[in-house]
Amino acid sequence: MADDPNIASKVIKNDPWYSSYAARAEQMRASEIRALFAVANRPEVVSLAGGMPYLGRMPFDKLADQLGDMLRSKGQVAWQYGSAQGDPHLREDVLPIMELEGIKDVQPDDVVIVNGSQSGLDLITRIMCDPGDVVLAEAPNYVGALGVFQSFQVDVVNVAMDGDGLIPEALEETILEQRRQGKAVKFLYTVPNFHNPAGATMSVERRPQVIEIARKYHVLIVEDNPYGLLAFDGQTYPALRSYDSEGIVYLSSFSKIIAPGMRVAWMVAPPGIRQKLVLANESAILCPSNMSQMTITTYLDNFDWKSQINDYRGMYKERCDAMDEALKKYLPYCSWLKPKGGFYIWLQIPQGLNAKDMLPRAITAKVAYVSGTAFYDNGEGADHMRLSFCYPTPDRIHEGIRRLSTVIENELATVRLFEPDSGKERG
Amino acid sequence: MAAKHSKTPRQQTGGKTSTADKAKTVASAATTTAANTATTKAAAAGEVAKIAKRTSHRSIRKATPVTMDDVRSLASEATKRADKSLLVICGGLSHERDISISSGHRVQGFLEEAGWTVHVHDMDGSLLPYLTDESTRPDLVWPLLHGANGEDGSIRDVLEMAGLPYIGSRAKASRTAWSKPIAKNVARMAGLQTPHSVTLPESMFRELGVEPVIDMLLGSLGLPLFIKPTMGGSAMGCTMVTEQSQLPQALINCFAYGDVALIEQAVTGTEVSVSILEFDGHPLVLPPLEIWTPSGTYDFEARSTPGPTEFYVPARLDAKTTETVSDAALTAHRALGLRDISRTDFIVDAQGQPQFLESNVAPGMTDTSLLPQSALAADYNLPELYTALVQSVLNQKRTD
Repeated sequence: MADDPNIASKVIKNDPWYSSYAARAEQMRASEIRALFAVANRPEVVSLAGGMPYLGRMPFDKLADQLGDMLRSKGQVAWQYGSAQGDPHLREDVLPIMELEGIKDVQPDDVVIVNGSQSGLDLITRIMCDPGDVVLAEAPNYVGALGVFQSFQVDVVNVAMDGDGLIPEALEETILEQRRQGKAVKFLYTVPNFHNPAGATMSVERRPQVIEIARKYHVLIVEDNPYGLLAFDGQTYPALRSYDSEGIVYLSSFSKIIAPGMRVAWMVAPPGIRQKLVLANESAILCPSNMSQMTITTYLDNFDWKSQINDYRGMYKERCDAMDEALKKYLPYCSWLKPKGGFYIWLQIPQGLNAKDMLPRAITAKVAYVSGTAFYDNGEGADHMRLSFCYPTPDRIHEGIRRLSTVIENELATVRLFEPDSGKERG
Repeated sequence: MAAKHSKTPRQQTGGKTSTADKAKTVASAATTTAANTATTKAAAAGEVAKIAKRTSHRSIRKATPVTMDDVRSLASEATKRADKSLLVICGGLSHERDISISSGHRVQGFLEEAGWTVHVHDMDGSLLPYLTDESTRPDLVWPLLHGANGEDGSIRDVLEMAGLPYIGSRAKASRTAWSKPIAKNVARMAGLQTPHSVTLPESMFRELGVEPVIDMLLGSLGLPLFIKPTMGGSAMGCTMVTEQSQLPQALINCFAYGDVALIEQAVTGTEVSVSILEFDGHPLVLPPLEIWTPSGTYDFEARSTPGPTEFYVPARLDAKTTETVSDAALTAHRALGLRDISRTDFIVDAQGQPQFLESNVAPGMTDTSLLPQSALAADYNLPELYTALVQSVLNQKRTD
């Protein structure tokens, strides 16, 4: 048939630029899972998927007045280009925040403001990594970091963690193994506090051990700390950066404690790296938004932000308790670590189930979660899901877990039917 | 005990089919679903019988094909576009929400470019007040909901109850097309070929046992197979099975989207899609579009990600086969009782016979969707084409 076409066919390339893309764009594809999440924003769906902070208690009326005053007096600065390193006022404002976690040796000039931690991760990977270089990271790993690492064609090598965070012995073994293979380990990426998605916090005992191993093998540590101030009991843990100023790039953010929509985060880095970060920031975005930075400084300067965070801590604790109780009631045969802070519970589902494959069923039942596979780049994680308790109310969390239990039971019945050997060990 | 089936597709029985032949076809179709429960069979047979009646009525109706000049002329009639309020409904709670929203906004953009006043609304609790309030009630609705509640006829029932004219197939016809097994039976009755298949709910495996049903399935249909939910779109939950060991996982994937699986012989050939727009009964059959993907499967990723997929318009078929495929699409459109707009998918097999897969009453209208691609390749201007469709429906002063 094709040998005898009736008239010349037009060829329509689905994407005429397909052959022009860089290899790093290969992983940027649509997926059924991404499409399913379009439903998660509907109010009928209990979304346990997104890590959105609750903003319902922010003093927006008063803040609006303050922002109006700010614009009237400094509008021409707020709407103008700014410094690639960030607003000096904000760089000063972040110092007392870091002091809460033991970082006391930083000057405003040591700080670089970035467009959210995601941009900071992009910058540090951009200046440190060539394609094929190795980045060590906890397994599971923050999905946003994985996306950055993939886009720079970096090999992510997992380091085991447990309820006390990254395991120092596993870190050393992994570094040695990579050296044996002749691989260049460029940095260790870690989320030490209330890990996303695992919920674990690196114990205080392990922190100096991890730093010592990194020093020994000259491996830079990238410490990502968006949740450090969100311990339910108000406790703060010493940041890795508080132990070492030379071998650590520290990242923190206003996204989880104040306003993710402002896209404002900050980095502290050793001088050489900091200089490169400023140049890379300038190359990528010219400068962070003055308007966003000045909105944050207006808030910090005029409101009792520590009380606000305290208030949120109590609320997140209540929601975490609600999720823990609902899981005990509806899914007692699953396992999870109840976190001491942050936004997430990392739920291990019964053997044989695949959280990714099960998601359409969950969407039909009007509950959403993030499959554990999103937190690995090697296909692992299907036996886990990340449940966020930060945004829905306790009642909605309860209802969401109830729906999820039905989904899991129905999927379990289907899997047991078609693959009876895969679920034998399950409770 | 399931009946034995030939592993090769049956030959087309001819363009015209007698009532007796149709009865035989219905009986034959019923045997392909021999593993179904008695209840399912009875319901399907009843539905098919009703459709047979309608099909035989419609098959005698002739309508002049529409030309590009007709489209332009019809579009030029729409002189008071800004005075009419059009509503596109998209989104909803289906698995295809994302694609539906994209389709809805594309159509809104083209119609606004043509000068219409177009609003877009999600299907949620605020829709009914919007449809019925005098201040917002639209003159015409274009439902672009994909998936359940959109293509299964539900929203069209609601629009009919609200007395609002809308673009697209009526509720009953939508329901028929939405169920792939029923649509296949209707197409077969109308003389089209369709891959052999069986329709099995999960409960059937549970009651009869997985192994014996799979053994019977493989004995009857062989490999390769294509597993898909009986209701759904965008290739979600669909899996090609080339080895027996892949079958359990493919069924698990399918049942995550719905309770019933259509298990179909996978036909090798050219994947072709034919879009039809209809103007008061007069069809515009757009040139068949051939889909080529490197993997050979037009799956969700290939549909939704601009990538290496290529379309050929018209499909790289000889003139006779091109005509056969176009006729087959029109036959399916009419046999299913569809109206205004549809897209029918086929595999043209090694013998040049189009094998009917499914018809869509709300085909995708995104920038990578097949209907707009076919229209553009045939040199239609999309704002003008959509305007002609809107004007045609407005002219008909429909009450449903």
